[in-house]
Amino acid sequence: MANKILAVIEQREGKLKRSAFEVITTSKSLAEQFDLETAAVCIGSDIDNLDEIAKYGISNIVHIKNSELTNYSPSAYTELAADYAKEISADILVFSNTAMGRDLAPRVSVKLNAGCFMDCINLKKVDNDIIATRPVYAGKALLEGKIISPIKIITLRPNVFKAELAANPVNPVVEVKDVTSPNLKTKVKEIKKSEGKLDVAEADIIVSGGRGLKAPENYKLVEDLAGVLGAAVGASRAVVDAGWRNHGEQVGQTGKTVSPKLYIACGISGAIQHLAGMSSSRYIVAINKDKDAPIFNIADYGIVGDVFEILPVLTEEIKKIK
Amino acid sequence: MKIAVCISHVPDTATRVKIGPDGKSIDPAGVTYIINPYDEFAVEEALKTKEKIGGEVIVISLGNDASKESIRKALAMGADEGILLKKDGYFDSFSVANALAEEIKVQNCELVFMGKQSVDYDNSITGQLTAEILGYSCVSVVVGFSIENNKITAEREIEGGREIVETELPVVITAQKGLNEPRYASLKGIMASKKKVITEKPAKEVNNLTEVLSLTLPPSKQPGRIVGTDASAVPELVRLLREEAKVI
Repeated sequence: MANKILAVIEQREGKLKRSAFEVITTSKSLAEQFDLETAAVCIGSDIDNLDEIAKYGISNIVHIKNSELTNYSPSAYTELAADYAKEISADILVFSNTAMGRDLAPRVSVKLNAGCFMDCINLKKVDNDIIATRPVYAGKALLEGKIISPIKIITLRPNVFKAELAANPVNPVVEVKDVTSPNLKTKVKEIKKSEGKLDVAEADIIVSGGRGLKAPENYKLVEDLAGVLGAAVGASRAVVDAGWRNHGEQVGQTGKTVSPKLYIACGISGAIQHLAGMSSSRYIVAINKDKDAPIFNIADYGIVGDVFEILPVLTEEIKKIK
Repeated sequence: MKIAVCISHVPDTATRVKIGPDGKSIDPAGVTYIINPYDEFAVEEALKTKEKIGGEVIVISLGNDASKESIRKALAMGADEGILLKKDGYFDSFSVANALAEEIKVQNCELVFMGKQSVDYDNSITGQLTAEILGYSCVSVVVGFSIENNKITAEREIEGGREIVETELPVVITAQKGLNEPRYASLKGIMASKKKVITEKPAKEVNNLTEVLSLTLPPSKQPGRIVGTDASAVPELVRLLREEAKVI
């Protein structure tokens, strides 16, 4: 069985992403269960908070560094991550299933001839195997399986595995490996940010709207509520296909599958494709005029009523407590 | 230039999943199969690219005879020829990618489109694997694409924004919703597709690197409580979210 586990963690604009700490905690926990050593690697230019990893219990961190590596480059990151995994003979690599992780992990897997289990929501040890659970059919079913190649690659669904501070913090040892002329055959020239918007895939709270809002301008009610909650704005497929909202906000099959701690569905009836994408949210609130809407079958709390009447009051009530 | 589009034949997104008797796959009874929705964006982009720079669009799919239906659909949209790589049973993304890569090599296609994921297993890695096996560049989850000579500029969706990615041919592009509006097959297209050739050949055999142990339905969620029927229920809802759920 394996003897080394490598946490491949992600920085964006020189800061570790929250999901990086989820990867660290999970890697450490796997290492304890399988009695492995751990290491962490991060590729980037300057990174502010690398030593924070130690608070989560992994002390040795390798920073693969070059000023051209600020943004993700699929070609360069793939080579560098795979080379480092080979150098330390890593047997298990753990990534987060973010936009970067989803792109990078499979490419590294080819270089290492490793099987890939993507978007895992649970990992357990059975005999000497890691048994992974991942949602398939957008969450309508759960697949349990294992990787049969000697080297194994796992990506973790963000927001599912906890990032936990270690009981005994360790001293950070950051080793910087400067690399020269990385392979920038494929590179990010520019990042266009959606103005000040939180992404549904990364949000703790999501407020989503559907056809019950009747017209695109009424989406302001959803945006206002999201604003006071610090939430991301989501959308049903119906309103995306109608052109009211951008596809990046779509929740459900052919959109994003999300698991926030709170999901507020406003004027969404709950088509099977939508429910598949959000039913693993910790708490679901539904506001809909139709008491028979399928969304109420999975909602923890429901108000059977008019979104136009309820949303402004809800926004005001939440303002009072914030 | 020869442009490849790789497509898969998958259960309609409206499918209510039931587990099959083997406990490892879905029960196909009563399930309607369709072309993977993301692959339609890939087909459209391939056709648009052909209209711009010329060439030929080859549709490649891996599966059993039923997959011909989806290949036929892509041909009706305007693709030139189809290839069915025949394979039965379970194959993971790794063995799919190897079989696709092999055929792309045979066909000598330098530009490859496919959907960013199939809506069955949702792995979203076949494009990246195929590219890496071929030694091609790859841009995944693409919502904008342009080609000038052999230079590619693609917009890739990431959390909270888009990356503008530059690369070169040969390349694999995986299509995300938003890339384009897939065309409908015209009656003429449908008629013409019937004359187009679908070549069948066995898929290259590559061992899976992963194994499915079981497929189960997620625990069903119990309906919660209806807090009220008008705005007067809002204070109680807020109280529950704060004190019971502790999420705000």
